[in-house]
Amino acid sequence: MFNSAFDAIVPLLCVTLAALASMSAEAFRGKGERMPIGGLGIVGLAGAAVSCVLLWNRNTSSFGVIVADNFGLFVTMTLIIVGLLTIMFSSQVLDLHDLPRGEYYTLVLFAIAGMIMMATANDLLVLFIALEIMSLAVYVLTGIRRDDQRSSEAAFKYFLLGAFSSAFFLYGIAFTYGVTGSTRLDRVGTFLAAQSMADNPLLLVALGLLLVGFAFKISAVPFHMWTPDAYEGAPAIVTGFMSTGVKAAAFAAFARVFLSAFEPFSADWAPVVWVIAAATMILGTVVGVAQSNLKRMLAYSSIAHGGYLLVGLVAANQVGKAAILFYLLAYAVTNLAAFGVIAMLGARDRANDELRDYAGLWQSHPALAALMTVCLLSLGGIPPTVGFIGKWYIFSAAVGSGYYGLAIIGVLTSVISVFFYLRVVVMMYMAERDGAPALPRVGAVGMTALAIAIFAIFYLGILPTAVLDLAAASISTIF
Amino acid sequence: MDGWLGVLIMIGLGIGFAGVMVGLSLLLGPKNPTPEKLAPYECGMAAVGDARERHSVKFYLVAMIFLLFDIEVAFLYPWALALRDLGWPGFVQIVTFFLILLVGYVYVWRKGVLDWGPVSSRVRSQRPKAA
Repeated sequence: MFNSAFDAIVPLLCVTLAALASMSAEAFRGKGERMPIGGLGIVGLAGAAVSCVLLWNRNTSSFGVIVADNFGLFVTMTLIIVGLLTIMFSSQVLDLHDLPRGEYYTLVLFAIAGMIMMATANDLLVLFIALEIMSLAVYVLTGIRRDDQRSSEAAFKYFLLGAFSSAFFLYGIAFTYGVTGSTRLDRVGTFLAAQSMADNPLLLVALGLLLVGFAFKISAVPFHMWTPDAYEGAPAIVTGFMSTGVKAAAFAAFARVFLSAFEPFSADWAPVVWVIAAATMILGTVVGVAQSNLKRMLAYSSIAHGGYLLVGLVAANQVGKAAILFYLLAYAVTNLAAFGVIAMLGARDRANDELRDYAGLWQSHPALAALMTVCLLSLGGIPPTVGFIGKWYIFSAAVGSGYYGLAIIGVLTSVISVFFYLRVVVMMYMAERDGAPALPRVGAVGMTALAIAIFAIFYLGILPTAVLDLAAASISTIF
Repeated sequence: MDGWLGVLIMIGLGIGFAGVMVGLSLLLGPKNPTPEKLAPYECGMAAVGDARERHSVKFYLVAMIFLLFDIEVAFLYPWALALRDLGWPGFVQIVTFFLILLVGYVYVWRKGVLDWGPVSSRVRSQRPKAA
């Protein structure tokens, strides 16, 4: 590839161009004409994936604010996978609910562009712009079913709280700039390495505000309030997209800011994140047990998974940092597949997302029931799925750094969470279908996407070494 | 702090003067309220209806689109001032930026957002079904 200042933004450019192309295609689409707009997205994402592979190990940087180090590229690859699976699941869902296809794909692609920018940003202000690009697209996606009251309500709640958290984040950036004189993460890090907290009480404010901003985005307790409502109200496929993509991007940025620039102060923020991680794991799991709506249950499960990721952040040793990356990939594939199943089982007039809607799924959709079971077991962390490997590395990192308390809380909550994942499995295989309307068939494209996801779950669960090595190689570049 | 004393006195005088004037007119002024006097002042016309009524969503759309392209122009001025220093790379960058916004403009145009007034049949045929 050519060597220029633009190298590091090539993946970003591919996705952005695909988004612009799908927007133009939608603009010139005649009435009732069908266009392969989703295909444009797949081409763009594939281009981004190829450029990621070519950029690997080259550690390029564009204008100093976007860096394509291995850490960013690993997360970018995860986001590309999220995007590809989302587009494949969406085709059927869009037809069913008569959603605006062009706008949907454009927004998904713009959201992914924002996420990629977030994962590779090396400047707090660029990070903020990326956060907004991603968030604005996702707010609209949440409310894309305009005839559905719950969808609109979810979008409104998400928008208000999201805008609020953005303000916190921006304020944190302002304080960081005020103390350190720069928004570049590398310069902030260099400056902070020679400082102590006692000299700069303002840093405490900056650190706290940034932490609040990130905690909102990864829905960590006590900033998780919007999550269940937004996740339940949004169309299932959008929920899948935002619970994996947004979380992966936000966590990548979180890790980059706190483990590189603010690393010198880890003794100051680690105890706070410790408490947040513990509270997030416990609340997500305990409240999840009481849910009867599948989407809401998975929303709480997503909160709990955010807690496990925070454990890796607190542990902050080499194993922990690699474990965060691996867990992000594992969680993205698994959770998206689970939401894909829910999305494709939705009917035009009813969402079919209550637990009892899944009674006897085994009889009408044997393959789908089996695939869903694999996803749920992986979310619960049962071998030989990828969820087990991910949790294993996270908790062993915590033990390695001496955080026995967190590891114990993590393992206990995992055990409790298996209860509500298994409840769905029991419903699918052991309950009788009592008069509920039949569930729709699932199309070929959706089944292919599911098969890919399930293959990934087992492959990463049984032979994780290759990807784990990649994750370990990724973190060596920045931390 | 010495240099700011004058400002402080100025602020004090300003607030004090306004307070004294309003207070005096409250105390000494004749009071003869009529319904017309108590009504909100609207250019001397009699007020018609409530100010909080429903507006067509078109106004919001136009306001939003105006905002976007207004910001585009706001980018243009600093670029024009720094034109000589930025040279060709700067020119290419601003053109790229404009092209991206142009795609948005074409989209808005084709979707019929700029059609003001009675909806023509051509536009209606392109609108997505009311979802």
